Amino acid sequence: MTATTVDTAGHGAAPRTVAPVTWKAVIGLGVVLALYALLLLLAPHEGSARFALSTSTDFVVLSTIVVPAMATAWVCGVVGLVVVGLAVLRTRARRPVPVWAVALFAAALLVGFLAWAAAGSPRDLSVVGLLGGAVGLAVPLVYGALGGVIGERAGVVNIAIEGQLLAGAFVAAIVGSLTNSPWAGLVAAVLASALVALVLGLFTITYRVNQVIVGVVLNVLVIGLTSFFYSELLVPNAETLNTTVRFERLPIPLLERIPIIGPVLFNQTIVVYLMFVAVAAVWFALFRTRWGLRVRAVGEHPKAADTVGIDVLRARYRAVLIGGAVVGFGGAFYTVVSINQFGREMTAGAGFIALAAVIFGKWDPLRAALAGLLFGFATNLQNVLSVVGSPVPSQFMLMLPYLVTLFAVAGLVGKSRAPAASGTAYTKE
Amino acid sequence: MSGETPGRRPDSPPDNPLDEALETVDPAAEPGLAEELEQEAAREQAPTVEESGERWRDALRRATSGGWAVALGAIVLAVLAGSVLIVVTDEDVIAAAPYFFSRPSDTFAAIGQAVGGAYSALFQGAVYNFGADSFAQGIRPLTQTLTNATPLIAAGLGVALAFRAGLFNIGGQGQMLMAATAAGWIGFGVTGLPFPWHMLLCLVAGVAAGALWAGIAGLLKARTGAHEVIVTIMLNYVAFYLLSYFLATPGLMQAPGSANPKTPPMQDSAVLPPLLGDRYNLHWGFVLSLLAVVGVWWLLNRSSTGFAFRAVGENPKAARVAGIDVPRTTVLVMLVAGGLVGLAGTQQVLGTVTTGFSADIDAGIGFDAITVALLGGSSPWGVLGAGILFGGFKAGGSAMQAAQGIPIEIVLVVQSLIVLFIAAPPLVRAIFRLPQPERSPRRRDSRAARRRADAARGTEEGQA
Repeated sequence: MTATTVDTAGHGAAPRTVAPVTWKAVIGLGVVLALYALLLLLAPHEGSARFALSTSTDFVVLSTIVVPAMATAWVCGVVGLVVVGLAVLRTRARRPVPVWAVALFAAALLVGFLAWAAAGSPRDLSVVGLLGGAVGLAVPLVYGALGGVIGERAGVVNIAIEGQLLAGAFVAAIVGSLTNSPWAGLVAAVLASALVALVLGLFTITYRVNQVIVGVVLNVLVIGLTSFFYSELLVPNAETLNTTVRFERLPIPLLERIPIIGPVLFNQTIVVYLMFVAVAAVWFALFRTRWGLRVRAVGEHPKAADTVGIDVLRARYRAVLIGGAVVGFGGAFYTVVSINQFGREMTAGAGFIALAAVIFGKWDPLRAALAGLLFGFATNLQNVLSVVGSPVPSQFMLMLPYLVTLFAVAGLVGKSRAPAASGTAYTKE
Repeated sequence: MSGETPGRRPDSPPDNPLDEALETVDPAAEPGLAEELEQEAAREQAPTVEESGERWRDALRRATSGGWAVALGAIVLAVLAGSVLIVVTDEDVIAAAPYFFSRPSDTFAAIGQAVGGAYSALFQGAVYNFGADSFAQGIRPLTQTLTNATPLIAAGLGVALAFRAGLFNIGGQGQMLMAATAAGWIGFGVTGLPFPWHMLLCLVAGVAAGALWAGIAGLLKARTGAHEVIVTIMLNYVAFYLLSYFLATPGLMQAPGSANPKTPPMQDSAVLPPLLGDRYNLHWGFVLSLLAVVGVWWLLNRSSTGFAFRAVGENPKAARVAGIDVPRTTVLVMLVAGGLVGLAGTQQVLGTVTTGFSADIDAGIGFDAITVALLGGSSPWGVLGAGILFGGFKAGGSAMQAAQGIPIEIVLVVQSLIVLFIAAPPLVRAIFRLPQPERSPRRRDSRAARRRADAARGTEEGQA
């Protein structure tokens, strides 16, 4: 029923948004720039900001950049203003605002904001730490978002990403501890997450229960089960059941010596490298293979897919299971990469951020992965800023991904449209 | 179909807005819409029991294929699953299991003891404590159950109301937190107001805050089509961090002279008075919840606003045809639903936790409310029953944890399983071998045929 209402709203709004000129992008950029300028005017933060581009152990040691904070911030603001001007011109010419302009805008304001926030701090703001930590925090989000994209493309909304991550983390901790092998933990996490996906499929595809209900309830179920067994089994037997061996970092020769990028991207664990492979693989599978075409067909118009002979239910089951398996990699990240033990509800809402990344990424694997990285970055920004002693309350930084998603969903950051049959069960007539 | 309308039982109310919409649609003019309405109507009527002549067999079939049998079956299944969890982690059972084949009686005795002890503790913690010295002491667990049920009922009503209008209110947590923020801030911050007025002001502020927070989701949905599930989930986090900020900032909500993210205690003039005297925790919030049940029942079943809510929930297209302003109704539904959830948040601050609260004041009730609404079949009286049941689980779960050392999370498992099974009646019926209600293809066919005939006649008339 909800899906239908969404549809009607979408169709109802369609004729209105056909208007050739949309000023949404300009308005959005303008509002952000105005807020930025207000921040600089109302809370000037004199001093100099120190950006450390490398650590002393890196192959190429770059010197720390010291800049006057307010001047840098204002210069960055001017760059932003130029982009807004460009956007106005482009919109007047009835052409879309180019993506690179928006990226430039975001980058300029970010650098300016960092300069402002780090002003006067005796500590260096580590750029490598900021970016590297962001990649680390983004791993479960990206895997979760990829799994979510696969499911939704096949027409099954996956609210249970949180539960899948948690189940994966839990089982990876137990199996990884018992076998002393992170690989076994990884495989177990994938299986556990796929198992949750199987239950999701059973109830939503076979029994046609509302997908959102099943997702929400599965989250509660997994939280309950893992917390129960955590107290009953893992806490008393922490030595044997809850102490994993973690994956070692696997620096890639030569590439890891590139300044900044090297330590951020090429000195990571295998799970992180697999993430980049997975993003490309999911994109390829969805848009360049027969399987992907079928998945998208059953997600957009299951009846038509059925008419041409695709087994809709089987295609959906397969997609949901594969999606669940992908999420499992993210779950394993918690207990065999990040730290070496399981903790109660340790995913702490990452599944919901992943869900937000799915929507923010417009149900596209590449964009969803980028959205996951962005959210990871926002979370890590808060960590890094608290180290240098930022004037912004940490709670507002933590709130940022959710606010961004709210704006995205409300259509202020470009229109997003879900796969047409997402959220509805299919009954063969 | 049950899969599409959240939490609705198959037995639809007699005044079905669909039928009315069907009357108003001209199949010749709008064949697509008419067809959709027909399909909706067919789905609505699908799970009816075929008449088979014999009255008693019919009655039995009706009873066993009805919603109550499924609910009972779901509870039995969930409790069984909970027992399994208790058994596999019980030390005595694990100790006796290795020599199961030589002396199975030991294992069974251990199993019996573990399960019996657990559920006995659950019952004594939720209903009546037989070990107590006096009746007043013994009945204490029941009052605790009702105390727990108070916010569950209010929040469950909010979720159920939204369900009936076809909206998912996953944002109970955020709405409760904002309500607690507003009510709590006035509760400890405003001084000099006498008793009933201060409390009433807090109540109004809390309910309004919850309503506005949910109203954001309703407005976004109505204006931009943003899916309310995503919006409410995001608003949960925004509310959490907003309250965390207030609590961590001296001068805002943090208790003076304290470094903890916690508010000062509520003033006596703002607190909901105890209902049964100071001996019990039960407060007047429970009466408010009962009033809310009656209010929501009246709203849904006796008012034209409620009729519009249900019509939009059944079929927004048909509702639009019938002249209902769907976007306006959507906003209104979320406002009322948020207000009810806000009532739950207010009850928490003014009744249950009056000594100052932190950012976990919602205690998971926002999410429990979803399960309460689903178990209650989205009807006000059902929510009342489900709220009391889950309140009992909560009270009994704590007692079980204290007495038997079984983690309280088992309650989460049992609750979620209940809802999962209830949402899939065919599964429960298959497990218990209850009769599956047959679809009635004949009726659907005849309706479709009649519609085709009507449409054909319409075009003929048009040509003539």
